[in-house]
This record gives sequence, C-alpha cells and structure tokens, in this order.
Amino acid sequence: MSRITLSNLAHSYLPNPASEADFALKEMDHVWEDGGAYALLGASGCGKTTLLNIISGLLRPSQGRVLFGDRDVTDAPTTERNIAQVFQFPVVYDTMTVRDNLAFPLRNRGMDAAYIARRVDQIARMIGMEDMLTRKARGLTADAKQKISLGRGMVREDVNAILFDEPLTVIDPHMKWELRTQLKSLHREFGHTMIYVTHDQTEALTFADKVVVMHDGRVVQMGTPEDLFETPAHTFVGYFIGSPGMNLLDAEISGSEASVQGAKIALGATYGPMTGRTQIGIRPDYVTISDEGLPVKVKRVEDVGRHRIVRAEFQGQPLNAILPEGMSVPAEARAGFPPAKINVYANDWRVAPAGG
Amino acid sequence: MEKTQNNKAWLLVLPVLVLVAFSAVLPLMTVVNYAFNDTFGNNQFFWTGIEWFDDMIHSERLRAALGRQVMFSLIILAIEVPLGIFIALNMPKKGFWASLCLVLMALPLLIPFNVVGTIWQIFGRVDIGLLGRALQGMGIDYNYTNDPLDAWITVIVMDVWHWTSLVALLAYAGLQSIPQAYYQAARIDQATRWSVFRYIELPKMKGVLLIAILLRFMDSFMIYTEPFVVTGGGPGNSTTFLSIDLAKMATGQFDLGPAAAFSIMYFLVILLISWVFYTVMTNLDREEAR
Repeated sequence: MSRITLSNLAHSYLPNPASEADFALKEMDHVWEDGGAYALLGASGCGKTTLLNIISGLLRPSQGRVLFGDRDVTDAPTTERNIAQVFQFPVVYDTMTVRDNLAFPLRNRGMDAAYIARRVDQIARMIGMEDMLTRKARGLTADAKQKISLGRGMVREDVNAILFDEPLTVIDPHMKWELRTQLKSLHREFGHTMIYVTHDQTEALTFADKVVVMHDGRVVQMGTPEDLFETPAHTFVGYFIGSPGMNLLDAEISGSEASVQGAKIALGATYGPMTGRTQIGIRPDYVTISDEGLPVKVKRVEDVGRHRIVRAEFQGQPLNAILPEGMSVPAEARAGFPPAKINVYANDWRVAPAGG
Repeated sequence: MEKTQNNKAWLLVLPVLVLVAFSAVLPLMTVVNYAFNDTFGNNQFFWTGIEWFDDMIHSERLRAALGRQVMFSLIILAIEVPLGIFIALNMPKKGFWASLCLVLMALPLLIPFNVVGTIWQIFGRVDIGLLGRALQGMGIDYNYTNDPLDAWITVIVMDVWHWTSLVALLAYAGLQSIPQAYYQAARIDQATRWSVFRYIELPKMKGVLLIAILLRFMDSFMIYTEPFVVTGGGPGNSTTFLSIDLAKMATGQFDLGPAAAFSIMYFLVILLISWVFYTVMTNLDREEAR
C-alpha cells in the first residue's frame, strides 16, 4: 500500500495534441493519500475513466509522472503496479466456476493453495455467494457477475489500491446500497486505498472520505463532501452536487455587496476587484422564502416528499429554494440570502474573500 | 394474451413451399425413384426394392471412398481450425493493416472452385509449375500424378489455402466482439497469454468456431471440383472422395440406380452428422447456461 502521486500529469488520445482542447485530461498535480476512500465524480466523458486507467497502468499518460510511494511507475505495466480494478460491466471468466473466478488472481501470483481456499471463502461470504461457489459463472445474472468482479477485485490483500469504475451501474438499486455499505466496511477493515469512479453524487458522497470532482478533463475540486457542499470551488461543483444544484446569479461585486440587476445583496465578506463574468452562488437549501427579503416571482412549487422545491425567478434569473416541511409560500413571496452562505465566482472559479 | 387464430397466414408460406418443392424436393424425388428402380431407358422402370442400397452398403468401393472422405475432412479440420484461430489472433485489430489483412484473407474465398483447382494443378506440375519445379529442383521427389501421398498433400494444402481464411475471418469477428475490459481485467489479474486465450478468447469465440467447423465440415465432405481438377481422383483411386466417386458412377458408368442409392445414403450421412453437431452445440449451450 502506498500513496499515489500524480505529478504534472496530462493525457491526450491524439498523437500530436495541438491545443488544450485536444487533451482528455488537462495538466494536474494531485496526491492521493494511502488508505483514503476517494470518489471520482463527474459527468460522462469528463476524463474519469482516463484518469483511472492511467493510475492502473492500462494507459500511459502523454506527459507527467505517476508515483506509488516514492517509486515512479509511469512506465510500469499494470501487472507490476499491483492494482485491482473493477469495471463498469461485469468481467467474469465464463467457463470457470465462481470459486475459480475468485481464486484466479491469487493463483496467477502463485499463492499457496490453502491460503487461496481460505481467502476465497472469506470473499465469497462477503459478497454473499458462498452457496454458488461451484457453479459456472456463465448464466448467472448481471448483478451476480458484477459481485464476482467486485470479489475478484478485493481478493488480493496486498494491493496498492482498488479502483472501481462505476461498478454498480448494472446492479439493482437495493443491492447497490448493500454493496456500497459493504465496500465501505471493507475499506475500514483493510484500509486499502480505494478510488471509486461514479457520476452519481449520492454514491460518491456516501462512499468517500474525499470526493474528487472532475469537469472537462480537469479536477475542479478535491475535498470532503462538506467542502463540496458549502464552498464549491467551481460553478460546476455547485451545480453538479446537490439537488437541485446551487443557484448561480450573475451579479456585480463591489466590496461586501453584490448587485443583481440593481437588487443589492449583502455578502459575508469583502472582495477585491475581479474581472470576467462574476456570479454569486447560494444553495437552494439556504435561500429562505418568506415575507422578508427581496421580491421574487414564484413559478411553481414541487413537492418531493421530505420538503418542497420552490422554482422562482429573481431579477429575471431562475432561483430555486428548498422550503422545509410545514412552511407555506406567501402570496408576496420574498427571498432571503444569508450572507455567510454566499460564494462568489469569477469566470466559474470561486473567489476567496479579500483578507479572509 | 389471447392469440388470434388466422389460418390464412399459412398462405404466406406458400411461395417458399413452391420454390423449395421445385428446386429441391421434386429433383430429390427423381433420385429416390432411380434408387428403387432399374431402367434400361425409354422411361421403363422395374422395381428393385432395396437391392441397390444393399449393393452399395456392401460395396468395398463406397466404403473406401467414405474412409478417404472422413480422413480428408478430419485432416483439413485439424489443420484449418487451429491455423485459422492462430491467424485471427495475430491479425492487427484496427487501422490500415487490419483492412489490408482482411482483404488479403478474403481473396482466396472469392476464387471459383475450378479456378482454384486449375491454379494448383498447374502450380504443382513438375514440368511447368512453380511449386513442382521448385520442389524437384530442391531434390524432393514430388509428383502428384504418380504418388498418392503427394496427391493427398497437394489436395490438402490446396484446401487449407482456399478455406483457412473462412475460419480466420469468423474467428477474427469473434475476437473483435470481446470488450476491451476483459483484456484489461486479465492484465490486472496477471493472467498469462495462455490463460487469456483459454479463459477469455476461446470461450467468446466458441459460437463462431462451431459455425466454422460445421461449415468447413459440410463443405469438405462434399468436396468435388478442386481435387477433380487437380488429380481427377487419382493416382488410382487414392484421392477419389465420395462425390467424385458418385459422379463417376452416375455420369461415367451410367449406373443410375446404384448412384441414386449411394447419393441418398450420402445425403443421410451428412444429415445425420449435421444433426449430431447441432444437438451437441445446443446442448453445450444449455448445459453451460445452467
């Protein structure tokens, strides 16, 4: 087990990338701590799988280095990296029994038979397939096959990291939750570094200690679920995390005040001058709808069970707010913006307040 | 769900029925007619019952031809299937070279049977053929017109040259349909090249390979034109396969009765073997799916 360092890393699938747009993965420097549970979150096609394949060695980056601990493994083949990876679609060896499937990675490494038998039983218990061990893998359901893939990923105890590439896509919803919980408890038990790729924020936020949000080939933020929620570093993070996503309003910022088409909103801090497109962002969870604050035009109210979502318009821009249970929307609705919960963005990137 | 009963739908089958009747069933009935009768021409027939069949079953000549036929089919399957798989495994997976390989592989398949025969007939000749002359020049005593072994080798090499492509192309198609993730998983599991072949490629190719084996079996079991053009069934009877023998009997000696009985048995043998194949294939599928 070791820390994974990505240094100056970038990748393009084209032989001679000319501009930044040719890179599937833009230059990045990141350190993945040993034993961390990371989720790699982003929309489809943002470079998640590319990054994963670079870490596992299935792909050689066009520039930069990959380090495991202090060892440079950029040119080391997958087999030398001692990594386990679980793919989006189940990969099982059809003609082998479930037992042989689970034992395969251990046998290939020449482990001793008694150990293999013990370890396979242990893993089978974990994925709940003890009574299927003697069956051929072919003809099992997709989620049983994916459980085998997961089991094969976890069967080796000495791996540097286990990478999961959207492993629960084909699994039933209730099974998803169960498997995720199991992965989580496995992580606590064995302390492997786990990197979990997904485009599902719930999956990412429940699985990981640290969530890495990717957008357009870039890591836009690496932080705890709380960081992502409270202080999204990029408008994409604000918009991607949370349901509905963060409200982003075009505004002019001067000092500690934002002006949204003339409507003044107090900010929790003072900001220096900035250029480009400036926006303020506030979570719908923090916008209050009552008879105090600035006037908004309520378009409709959606009841989603635990709470209601107010879809409104503020100074010609859409604004969502979450209305706690039991509250009602006044006829002359007004919105409140708690200053401490407002983030400021210039050209999509978060601006830190001047002088803290 | 309630099914609608509408027997008019049977009419839709009628055109096919008529076509098949004219192209296959009626001609076959003529053969059946010849097989149970004797004739001296003038459309006069004498009922012989199963006499021709009895003759043919006990005929040494037919048994020998059947033996050669089975031997031939087994040998070319044993060569073409592994060779085809080997070629498919080593063909480039994409890009210009992949297209080029595909075209080159397809070429022999496009050549008409009798042309293939003629090509090899000339190629192997010791007086003017490149192969024959070259072998002679190297001091190898090669002559497919005198030596049964040389004739066999020539016919087999010719078939391998003509048809291995088919197996290779089918296997290649099977290989191309394997998702990349399988190879990646195998690399992560540290599988050896042999394991990748044994546990990923072979199982995924099984379907197309069974088709390839079935096609190659049927084609080789009815082979006629190529060996006929090259060796004419000789030297002696050494390369006289079933259909060559049948044609000799029917159109050479005009023994229509025995030839008809022979061809019906020939047909039944092919039907039987194909049925066995089919049953084994479907049973294998079902067993593994369980």
